[in-house]
Amino acid sequence: MTRLVDYRELQDAIESHAREFGLDFFEVRFQMLDYDMLNQVAAYDGFPTRYPHWRFGMEYERLSKSYAYGLHRIYEMVTNTDPCIAYLLASNQLVDQKLVMAHVCGHADFFKNNLWFAHTNRKMLDEMANHAARIRRHVERYGLEEVENFLDACLSLDNLIDIHAAGIQRRPQPQSGPQPHRLYKLPAKDYMDSFINPPEFLAAQQARYQQAEQQRKHFPEEPERDVLLFLLENAPLENWQHDVLDIVREEAYYFAPQRQTKIMNEGWASYIHTNLMTRSVLEPDELIDYADHHAGTVATHGRHLNPYKLGLELFRDLEERWDRGAFGPEYEACDDLKARDEWDRRLGLGREKVFEVRLIYNDVGFIDEFLTEDFARQHRLFSYDYNDVTNQYEISGREFAEIKQRLLFQLTNFGHPIIDVLDGNYQNRGELYLLHRYEGIDLDIPYAQGTLRNLYTIWGRPVHVETVVEDKVRMLFSYGPEGDSREKLEELEEE
Amino acid sequence: MSLPIQQDARRFRQIVRGKVRENLRQYISNSELIGRKGRDLVSIPIPHIQLPYFRFGGRLKGVGQGEGEIGTPVGTDGRADADGSAGDQPGAHILEVELTLEELAQILGEELELPRIRPKSKNNVMGTITRYSGMRRVGPESLRYFKRTYREALKRQLASGTYDPARPAIIPIRDDKRYRSWKEHPVPDNNAVVIYMMDVSGSMSDRKKELVRLTAFWIDTWLQAHYKNVITRYIVHDAIAHEVDSRTFYSLRESGGTRISSAYELCNHIIHREYDPAAWNLYSFHFSDGENFDRDDDRRCLELLAEELLPCLNLFCYGQVRSYYGNQFYDTITKIEDEKLCAVKINNDEEIYTAIKTFLGKGY
Repeated sequence: MTRLVDYRELQDAIESHAREFGLDFFEVRFQMLDYDMLNQVAAYDGFPTRYPHWRFGMEYERLSKSYAYGLHRIYEMVTNTDPCIAYLLASNQLVDQKLVMAHVCGHADFFKNNLWFAHTNRKMLDEMANHAARIRRHVERYGLEEVENFLDACLSLDNLIDIHAAGIQRRPQPQSGPQPHRLYKLPAKDYMDSFINPPEFLAAQQARYQQAEQQRKHFPEEPERDVLLFLLENAPLENWQHDVLDIVREEAYYFAPQRQTKIMNEGWASYIHTNLMTRSVLEPDELIDYADHHAGTVATHGRHLNPYKLGLELFRDLEERWDRGAFGPEYEACDDLKARDEWDRRLGLGREKVFEVRLIYNDVGFIDEFLTEDFARQHRLFSYDYNDVTNQYEISGREFAEIKQRLLFQLTNFGHPIIDVLDGNYQNRGELYLLHRYEGIDLDIPYAQGTLRNLYTIWGRPVHVETVVEDKVRMLFSYGPEGDSREKLEELEEE
Repeated sequence: MSLPIQQDARRFRQIVRGKVRENLRQYISNSELIGRKGRDLVSIPIPHIQLPYFRFGGRLKGVGQGEGEIGTPVGTDGRADADGSAGDQPGAHILEVELTLEELAQILGEELELPRIRPKSKNNVMGTITRYSGMRRVGPESLRYFKRTYREALKRQLASGTYDPARPAIIPIRDDKRYRSWKEHPVPDNNAVVIYMMDVSGSMSDRKKELVRLTAFWIDTWLQAHYKNVITRYIVHDAIAHEVDSRTFYSLRESGGTRISSAYELCNHIIHREYDPAAWNLYSFHFSDGENFDRDDDRRCLELLAEELLPCLNLFCYGQVRSYYGNQFYDTITKIEDEKLCAVKINNDEEIYTAIKTFLGKGY
């Protein structure tokens, strides 16, 4: 039996349950789309328009095929903007639409309140349209191939930003200019001056001074984490190229907090939708369908970690622990497994705690603090490694410290290597020198070489990245007019 | 093709097919999704371009969840950002996804930049489609027209005064009953006939026949995407022509001399006997190695073409596969200047491409 549904009313009802639950979010505007338009929007990361580029086409093709073969129905997408834009798939059943709406409330609340989003541009809807218009103008003027080539080079570098910067830096402090100096002269009376401070002596002084200047004045003075900013300020770019790189950098910074909070955000939205649906929103006849669809979103596939599931379970776990009082020095000190399991001080602090957590943490802190050994055991977490003998990935252990360390590593800097600009005037020839902060895992060398090539396109002069290979060998990979090259560097002295 | 993203999608496909941006070729790979088609698992190739970026290399060290001992395999293709649940069920039989013929035709059209065929307005013969838009008083119960029946019954009751608003009960009698009936609507139908002719004299080797077969396949695909019905007829000839079925067409080998006019005569005969040019879109393709019996026969062919065949065909194409004996017929046939006539030499596989482009590039 079909019922005519007033979606506005439905949204109002669900949002009022959400607000009663304690959520706080900007106005949410839902759009009902058919699957084709929804796939387009999803390819555009939830925005109605983006700059023209093949990578959006690629994502659209993937989503369309995936949808056509029944592999997924995008359940929810909401933008981090004010107002938020969210989407419903027209062909979904009512119970699905409710699930989506509840889930979206969770996301919207997270975007608005989580600390790491505080500096994001909530007017990004207009910004994206603006970016699209600018790129189109450049394409019209300079040609698709030229602009696309350059855009690709920029995208190749779009993970080279400073994630710890509070928001995007726009006008850094100008570096202090050279100090005027006076040549050192030996004390002499005027008439004796040319004997005591002969020209050769002065010339030698000048030379020594210049050498010292050069050594001191390789810029940047401090290693620069925001490589894109460095390029914007120092690479020989035409105006349109500067504009394109600027756009890429803006968008990278805009999306950075989302990438740093994926587990938490999905976990929080799932936590919210389960609470709202089971407490307030579901009709009795929708229960089975809801359970089925919800199970689908939090299912694990082939032993991969599902961020929705991990996040949700962590929130539930911490809520339960704070209700029971299973935290703090006394609890930590308790060794008895049975006592820990049965610990119950009836503090009822769970709800308050989860709200606090979603305010302050990002994934790294979230995992660090709340992924406990008990949790890992309960949820059957394991580490896996490649076995060279059997040529496949295999479970290698369930030791908690190892598991936690790996997860944290995967989440730090979104799991990307940390790279700084050390010198923009390397060898005094205007060459660019980057340093990979090695932490035990090697760079992917073929990818690095491809990236250096793109960097060269932008920088114009030879570019280098220093790294460590196989735990001990310092190497310098470079790209210049002759193509790519590498050289071994001498070992650093042990401290 | 109206969404803005279609432009990006088209650009992506162009890059993947290697038509543009050669420098991206090295970054193209094919990952796969495993989907379901009914009960079978299907492998769906998903092309992917990965721009280089600074990332970690070597083997992953990851974290997963689930049951298993040390040594239990974890199904992953290496980069845990792949979608889908591949690899977890060893031994499941996976089919490759086929393209539908429409998709194939679409790719062909894009690759070769073929114009869509504009069928000649053959409005004389209409096909019909059936719609249940009419009504009659008798019919099977499965076609009963409830609303009309009800209305008739209501009218009757009102007229005869048996209708009681307090206790409305409408009971139709036999004369009230109404049933749906159908009407046939004429719809212009587009049908095509393709007549393939091939020289199977001694000089046509298997290799040459293979070239013909490939070309014919693409032509068929293209035409089927444009016409509702495509009928294909096959004629083989050496010194005499006969009609055969498709199997024979591709496997027959005769020996003997060659009279091309015999084929054209037969083609003409079939057309005039069975397919009214006013009602059908007619196409004809002839493949030969160029060696005809003599000048007289050449003349006869030209006559047939100019006077009988070309006037009623949409398109006539001649494909000459390489022969050792000279290119005579090609030179002969190109003497006719008619935009419906198309002649091309096909010497190897690559030239099939250009042949099809020439044949189908006119939009006829």
